[in-house]
Amino acid sequence: MKIVVAVKQVPERDAAVRVAADGRSVDTGDAWTMNEPDAYALEEALQLKERDGGEVIVLSAGPERVESTLREALAKGADRALHIVTPESGAGSLPERDTLGVAQLLADAVRSESPDLVFTGLQSDDLGAGQTGVVLAELLGLPHATLVLSVESAADSGGKRIRVKRELEDGWFQHIEMPLPALLTIQSGGNRLRYATLMGIKRARAKETRAIEAAPPAERHDKTAEIVRISLPERTRQIEMLTGPADQIAAKLAERLRTEVGL
Amino acid sequence: MSEASGVLVIMEQTSAGWHRISREALAAGKRLAAELNISCSAAVLGSAEVLAPLTTELANEDLSSVWSVEDPFLARYTADAFVASLQQILAQANPAYVLFPHTYQVRDYAPALATRLGEVLLSDVTAFNVSGGTSSFTRQWMGGKLNAEYRHSGPGVCLLSVQAGSFRAETSASSSAPCEIKRLTPQLSAANIRTAPSEPFREAARTVDLSSAQVIVSVGRGIGEQENLALVEDLARVLGAELAASRPICDAGWLPMERQVGSSGQTVAPKVYVAVGISGAIQHLVGMKGARTVIAINKDPDAPIFEVADVGAVGDLFEIVPALTRALQR
Repeated sequence: MKIVVAVKQVPERDAAVRVAADGRSVDTGDAWTMNEPDAYALEEALQLKERDGGEVIVLSAGPERVESTLREALAKGADRALHIVTPESGAGSLPERDTLGVAQLLADAVRSESPDLVFTGLQSDDLGAGQTGVVLAELLGLPHATLVLSVESAADSGGKRIRVKRELEDGWFQHIEMPLPALLTIQSGGNRLRYATLMGIKRARAKETRAIEAAPPAERHDKTAEIVRISLPERTRQIEMLTGPADQIAAKLAERLRTEVGL
Repeated sequence: MSEASGVLVIMEQTSAGWHRISREALAAGKRLAAELNISCSAAVLGSAEVLAPLTTELANEDLSSVWSVEDPFLARYTADAFVASLQQILAQANPAYVLFPHTYQVRDYAPALATRLGEVLLSDVTAFNVSGGTSSFTRQWMGGKLNAEYRHSGPGVCLLSVQAGSFRAETSASSSAPCEIKRLTPQLSAANIRTAPSEPFREAARTVDLSSAQVIVSVGRGIGEQENLALVEDLARVLGAELAASRPICDAGWLPMERQVGSSGQTVAPKVYVAVGISGAIQHLVGMKGARTVIAINKDPDAPIFEVADVGAVGDLFEIVPALTRALQR
């Protein structure tokens, strides 16, 4: 099975984020990491390959810094990488393209590989729109399933169909069967993430990363979803903030808890 | 074709009636329509038997019309049947705005519908603002650290999904005469439905019912390592509290999934909720906003959890939590 895994590089979770001077973008510093839901998607692809054979190709769009995320994926076991190169900012950069614009970039790269499966994480940790995978499926004309926890070959299909387990709400699940090729967005928690080994990191150096020049944004953009303003959320609730030495904080918390809980 | 106008709310049902967020989306849609001074209608998709009572109820909701979109293919959800049906509804109803409840099902098909229409869905909207006849919509970035305000541009339809718990559902129907129920049977064919879904199933029965817990100690990513869970287990023990967690802790397998609080876990409403090392992404907040008192311990003073907390302790949980456990034992 040939699997393309689309991953996104996002700011580190603890990165201090600031609203940029223009009020419409964000300064996130320079600590970047692989979007965690995408790491689960990569893991699912690697486990499928280890079980059934095949090839895992990792795909990402972004500026030069994205290479570190691609290398991480190669070190974990992906066979090769595709890097859609976009500028860090300004015309043609990711912030200047909306979900559809980014998915169009990914779709062009995926088409050149004709994979059996395309995986993404269910959403990104930064913008959290949770749409890129489904939009990509639509652009590629592929059937899709979202929030997938595990993937197997459908019985008696000769490898032509897959059967996935999908998470529904309130503790319910569902199996879905569909023909290949298909696109799946992977829910986090369906597998256990691996770490890159020293051997993996060494091997990754010999693996191929193909750079693809990003097409300019399509004529339609004119983005239909335009960002007007970024702001810090306001606190709506009256809050008592405790700072200082841990023992003092703990004493105040204990007092409050005794009253509230009735210890 | 006449110009697009009005708000259309796409309602979603479960086997037990309306999906909770549907009623919130309906309230949001009616409010948006009122502020823009345009009409509001609603649509619901399914098999004819299921829809009859639902559409009758909707017709009393002070709407301009209700669309009953009926087909046996819609009895069990598939993205292909829903996208095709909605495309046909939108062509007939021609709304300027479409509001969806932000459910798992909507996440599965609405982005594909938007793509087919050359649009981008504004997902997970938490607020809107109408001024001078134009509207903007707020959604969160970076797990709630930032609010991003979007405006829709271009001549096409504006598609929005509404986050759970962001808009208050109305309780009572209006007393006006019921509106018209328009029936639409979409053109669907088996050949165009590519996925075959099974009957939904549950795995093991839930053994932990957090919804009835009076006190909950909940732990998030800030705990760092599985070995450190003992710290919050000790605190939970002295408080007589149930132990819960945010999704990443359960994803990592450190606690069972059934102890998860949030949009993909349980919804809780204890007297006291102690959030330890939980940043407060909206997916978590929707599960615990109903707590009477929220106490949050986090090293980041800007963590979104403090937006819903009554008491916020800013500091190192590895110092505060053991000290708190000791203080409570005294």
